Amino acid sequence: MIDVSGLRKVYQDRGREVVAVDGVDLHVREGEIFGVLGQSGAGKSTLLRCVNLLERPTSGTVSVAGQELTGLKEGELRRARQRIGMIHQHFALLSSRTVAGNVAFPLEVMGMAKAERVRRTAELLELVGLADKAGAHPAQLSGGQKQRVGIARALAGSPPVLLSDEATSALDPGTTQSILALLKRLNRELGLTILLITHEMHVVKSICDSVAIMRDGVVEESGTIPELISRPGSRLAAELFPLPEPEPGQVTITFTGQAGEPVVSQVVRKFDVDVNILGGALEEVAGLSTGRLRLLVTGDERAAALTYLAGRGLLVEEAR
Amino acid sequence: MTWEEMLPLLLESTGQTVQMVLWSTLFTVILGLPLGVALVATDRGGLFPSPALNRVLGLIVNIGRSLPFIVLMIAILPLTRLIVGTTIGTIASVVPLTLGAAPFFARLVETALREVGRDRVQAAQAMGAGRVTIVGKVLLPEAMPGLVAGLTVTVVALISYSAMAGAIGGGGLGDLAIRYGYQRFETTLMIVTVVVLVVVVQLVQTLGDTVARRLARN
Repeated sequence: MIDVSGLRKVYQDRGREVVAVDGVDLHVREGEIFGVLGQSGAGKSTLLRCVNLLERPTSGTVSVAGQELTGLKEGELRRARQRIGMIHQHFALLSSRTVAGNVAFPLEVMGMAKAERVRRTAELLELVGLADKAGAHPAQLSGGQKQRVGIARALAGSPPVLLSDEATSALDPGTTQSILALLKRLNRELGLTILLITHEMHVVKSICDSVAIMRDGVVEESGTIPELISRPGSRLAAELFPLPEPEPGQVTITFTGQAGEPVVSQVVRKFDVDVNILGGALEEVAGLSTGRLRLLVTGDERAAALTYLAGRGLLVEEAR
Repeated sequence: MTWEEMLPLLLESTGQTVQMVLWSTLFTVILGLPLGVALVATDRGGLFPSPALNRVLGLIVNIGRSLPFIVLMIAILPLTRLIVGTTIGTIASVVPLTLGAAPFFARLVETALREVGRDRVQAAQAMGAGRVTIVGKVLLPEAMPGLVAGLTVTVVALISYSAMAGAIGGGGLGDLAIRYGYQRFETTLMIVTVVVLVVVVQLVQTLGDTVARRLARN
């Protein structure tokens, strides 16, 4: 649905060149929620702005819903943008307009007739649960309500794609959760493809199907979440389950979805080994129960026991 | 001087001041608003970036602002004659008043528009809005409280400038205070004139503040 390839963005800052995005490829499939995770300054915001060409990439191509955007003329680009929704960290609502006026704004831009606009606006406010706030001004709303208006506005033209620029970073945890739930619901009910950027692992954990981890303008790893967690040396797994650096000889096992199986006791029963659990963490990620255990395995059949674990579909990493 | 003698003078002068200020306010907005929008739009990173044009506009505004009003008034006499047909009188003074206030107002417009910030402009761009739409439907409406506040300051400045219009026969309250109050030692008239000016300025400021506040509450 969204294809970014070889994207580079270089800024001129007082004569110096600053590389914000350094050759990024992204492939966001239709109907998925794709998260770009990174610290501030990692270049993820620039990357997102390059997707709807708010920032012009220095090189590389961007295509959304099969249309390549980088080659479009201004008028064509404007029409293409009407098919890409966007929500913002600080909401970016127009304070001079009511809630309904804000939602109607993109419809005015599209040139929709007044009666049709009124009908569609009511429908959108209903969708985000703000039908009773149509006449209020943004200043009278809470942060969560403002973001709901932002979402209604972004979806005005029924775009297949939504870009989310740190949409929950300015909200408290409870409100964040309700906005994430709304995004997930829209993703499911409307088949909306969502590309979001965030610095919060929590957001990725709650709603993302796929993730790209970005650092210094480069994507360090990307893929679906189960894929990444079961990949050796995964940064996602390391950040999701913060365990101390392993000492030589210690074993870390990562499991995705097999939490129901008593693998540790099976190993102890089948092989002549002792297992000492040093640490562990469990998380519900992308609807899967996943976790990591740090083990100290000792005994004559240690090697066979580890092979057995790997054979059960677990990721077994041994520190040296 | 008795009240019977003062009243017609006061009425006539107040009328002249109101006339000068109203007309020059109108033309100041017509000239200064687009100029202020242009200053923001042509800036680097603006909607119509053009650094060269931006520098030229900035220079024009700065020249207009650095001339003392009384000097500007005399300096542009030929232009005033070209536009109005005469260089003296209330209507003739509207030309220098406008040219004196427009650059000032343009800077205030510029400041008010910059207050809107990039996020709302970018949000509109992300929705596919064109640049003219963004100026008309985002920048100007969002900056409205600041624009009204700027206009209020400009009107007050115009009232003060208009006191100097007496120098080219423009009349008005300032002129009355100088000719009768100062040159003929009519202290009472002087005081009454000053009181009228204070009241007018106060009214304008209160009205402007009220409107700006009502707009900002939204």
